[in-house]
Amino acid sequence: MGVIGQIGQWFDQRLQLAAPIRDAAEHPVPRNTASWFYVFGSAALTVFLLQLVTGILLALIYVPSASEAWSSLQALNHDVTLGWFIRAMHGWGSNFMVAIVLIHMVQVFLFGAYKFPRELTWIVGVFLLLMTLGMAFSGQVLRFDQDAYWGLGIGASIASRVPIAGPIIVKLMLGGPIIAGATLSRFFALHVFVIPGMLIGFVCLHLLMVLKLGINEWPMPGRLVKRATYENEYHQLTRKDGAPFVPYAVWKDLFFAAFILLAVAACALYFGPFGPTGRPDPTIIQTAPKPDYFFLWLYGLLSYLPPSMETPALLIGPVVVIAFLVLLPFLSGEGEKSWRRRPIAVLTVLLIAIILGTLTHLAGYTPWSPHMNAWSGDPVPDKFLHGSTALQRQGALVFQGKQCRNCHSIGESGGQRGPALDSVAVRLTQDQLIRQVIQGGGNMPAYGKNLSPAETTALVAFLETLHPAGQTPARDAALGEAQEKSASAQ
Amino acid sequence: MADQNTLSRRGLFMKMGILFNGLVATALAVPIVGFLLSSITRGRANAYLSWVPLGPIKDFPEGETRLATFTNPYVTPTDGKTVDTACWVRRVEGEQFQVFAINCAHLGCPVRWFPQSGLFMCPCHGGAYYRDGSRASGPPERGLFEYPYKVQDGMVTIQAGELPTPGSLTASLFGNKPPCGARNELVSIESKLSACSKTNALLRKTKTWA
Repeated sequence: MGVIGQIGQWFDQRLQLAAPIRDAAEHPVPRNTASWFYVFGSAALTVFLLQLVTGILLALIYVPSASEAWSSLQALNHDVTLGWFIRAMHGWGSNFMVAIVLIHMVQVFLFGAYKFPRELTWIVGVFLLLMTLGMAFSGQVLRFDQDAYWGLGIGASIASRVPIAGPIIVKLMLGGPIIAGATLSRFFALHVFVIPGMLIGFVCLHLLMVLKLGINEWPMPGRLVKRATYENEYHQLTRKDGAPFVPYAVWKDLFFAAFILLAVAACALYFGPFGPTGRPDPTIIQTAPKPDYFFLWLYGLLSYLPPSMETPALLIGPVVVIAFLVLLPFLSGEGEKSWRRRPIAVLTVLLIAIILGTLTHLAGYTPWSPHMNAWSGDPVPDKFLHGSTALQRQGALVFQGKQCRNCHSIGESGGQRGPALDSVAVRLTQDQLIRQVIQGGGNMPAYGKNLSPAETTALVAFLETLHPAGQTPARDAALGEAQEKSASAQ
Repeated sequence: MADQNTLSRRGLFMKMGILFNGLVATALAVPIVGFLLSSITRGRANAYLSWVPLGPIKDFPEGETRLATFTNPYVTPTDGKTVDTACWVRRVEGEQFQVFAINCAHLGCPVRWFPQSGLFMCPCHGGAYYRDGSRASGPPERGLFEYPYKVQDGMVTIQAGELPTPGSLTASLFGNKPPCGARNELVSIESKLSACSKTNALLRKTKTWA
C-alpha cells in the first residue's frame, strides 16, 4: 500500500466516514433518472456554494455601514484588483440561483416528485425557495444605493399595511423609525448569518431525504402512486433496473454544474457587476427606483392592481401562495405522476410563467409611469404643426408646457400612462375634449385649476387637429352642422 | 434497575438538569428578546418625532411649492446621508403652509413637483397628486402625507422623525381626508391628542411602545 493509501487509512480509522460516503455515492438509482432533466438540483447546490465563496470574498472588503457601504462598493468596483469580477460573479450567481431553483421546482412539480413519500422533501424545498428569494432581496439591500434605499421604502410601505401590527413591523424591519444605519446592519446580519445558516441546514435536510428516499423515478403515464405499494415498487425498480449513482448518473450533474459556473463567469465577464447606482442620499429625488430582475413582476403587479384590492392582495396573496405550495403534496399525494396525464398541472405552470413573464416584460419599460422629461425633451413632431393656425400652435405649446406629454405620446414619443393622442380628435368631440381636460377622469387628473380659459381653448384647438389625414374628426350628432360651425368659430 | 413507577437517582438528576437549563434559558431570553425588540421599545420618543427647522419663511415664496431638506432628529453614528430627508413645502399664503412628505402614499417612492401642471408625479407606479396634496390619479389610495408644521421666529419647522408609510402616525394625522379637525389649522401631535380620539388611541399605543 502506498503512502497516500496509508494516510487515508489512518484518517478513516478515526473518522469512519469512507464506508457511509461510498454507500451514499453508489446507492442504486433507477436507470432512467440519469437524465439531463435531473441536473437542476445539483446545479442549484453548485451555485449556492459559489455564492458562499464569492460572498465571503466580498465580505473581506465590504463595510456594512450606511455611511460607508456605497464607497466600499465603489472601491470593490474600481480599486481592488478583480473586485468588480467577484461582485459580478456574486450578482449573476444570485440571478442564476433564483432561476435554477425555479426551474428545479417546475421540473419536480411536472414529474410528480412531490408525491408520496417525498412530501417533506418538497416542503423543505418550498422553504429553500423562500430563503433564496430572501437572499436575493437582502442582497439587493446590501448593494446600498438609491434602488436599495427606495426599495426598502417600498418594503416598509407594504409592511405598514398589516392591520394593527403594521407600524411595529416597520420599526422591527428598519431597526428604527427611518431607513438608516441600523437598517443596513440588520439586513447584513440576515444576508450573511441568519438566512445562509438556515439555508445550509435546510439544504442538508433536503439532500438527506433525497438519499434516504431515493431519487424520483422517471414518471410513466399510467403508473400510479399508491401509499400501500409505492415503496415496494420503487425498491424493486432500483434492484431490477438500478445503477449506482456514481458514476452512472453523476457525470451529467458534473457537466451541467461546470457549464453553469462557466455561464455565470461569462455573464460576469461580459456584463460586469450590478451597480451600485447613485449614492443612497434621500435628498436626491431625481431617481426612478427599480427592483432587481426577479422582483420586477411584483413591481409590475403593484401598478396594475386596483387601489382597493392592493392591500388585501399584498397581505393575503403571499399567505395563500405559500399555503398552497406547502399543502400541495397533501392535496395530491397519490396518483398520476406523469405530466402527460396531468393537463391542469401543465396549464398551471404555463399560466404562471406567462403572467410572471408578461409582468416582468412590462416592468422593463414601465408604461404606467409618466416620462418625467418628455415635456422638455420630446418636442411635438413637425408633421403635426404643418399648416396649423396661430391658435393651434399656441395649443401645441400648452400641450408641451403643461406636461401633457409626460403621460400622452404623440408621434410615438412621450409617456404611455394615458392613451396616445395621435388620433384623439376622431374619438372625442370638441365638448368632450374640453370636459376631459378640465375635469379629468378615467385616471387623468383634472386640469381645470391649472389652465386659463385661453389656454384650454388653444389646447383643445390643437387636439382637434390630431386625426389621420382623410378621417373626419368626431362631432356631436345632436348639433346641426351649421350650429357646430358657429360654436367652433366662437 | 429501578422499576417503572419509581424514579432513579440518575433520572431525577437528569430531570433536574433539564429544569435548570429551562430556567436559565428563560432568564436569558428576557434580555435577548428585549434587545431584539429595542427598535420598537427604545425610549427615545422625544427625539423620534420632534420639531425640526426647514428654513426661514422668506425662502418659501407665497403660492409656490419648494423642495426643502432636513436632518432627521434621530441620528446614530453609522447613518451617513440616510438621515437627510427631503420634503415639499407649499406656502399657501401668509403663514399658512402645507408640508408634504417626499414619499408617495402608494409605496414610498420620491414624488416630483411639476409647477407648470400643478401636479406631483411619482416615478414608480404613476401616482399623481394635485398641488394641495390630494390624490389626482394612479394607484395611491389617498393624498400625500403631511407633516405638522409651525412658524417660529421666522423659521418654518415641522414635526418629523419617522418614515411616512400608510400605517405610520404621520399618515394618520393629515392627508386627503383628515381623520379629525381642519387640515389647515395649526396643529401639532400634542394638540391633536385632545382634539381627536382616534389619533389619541393611536398615540397612546405608540407611547406605551416608546
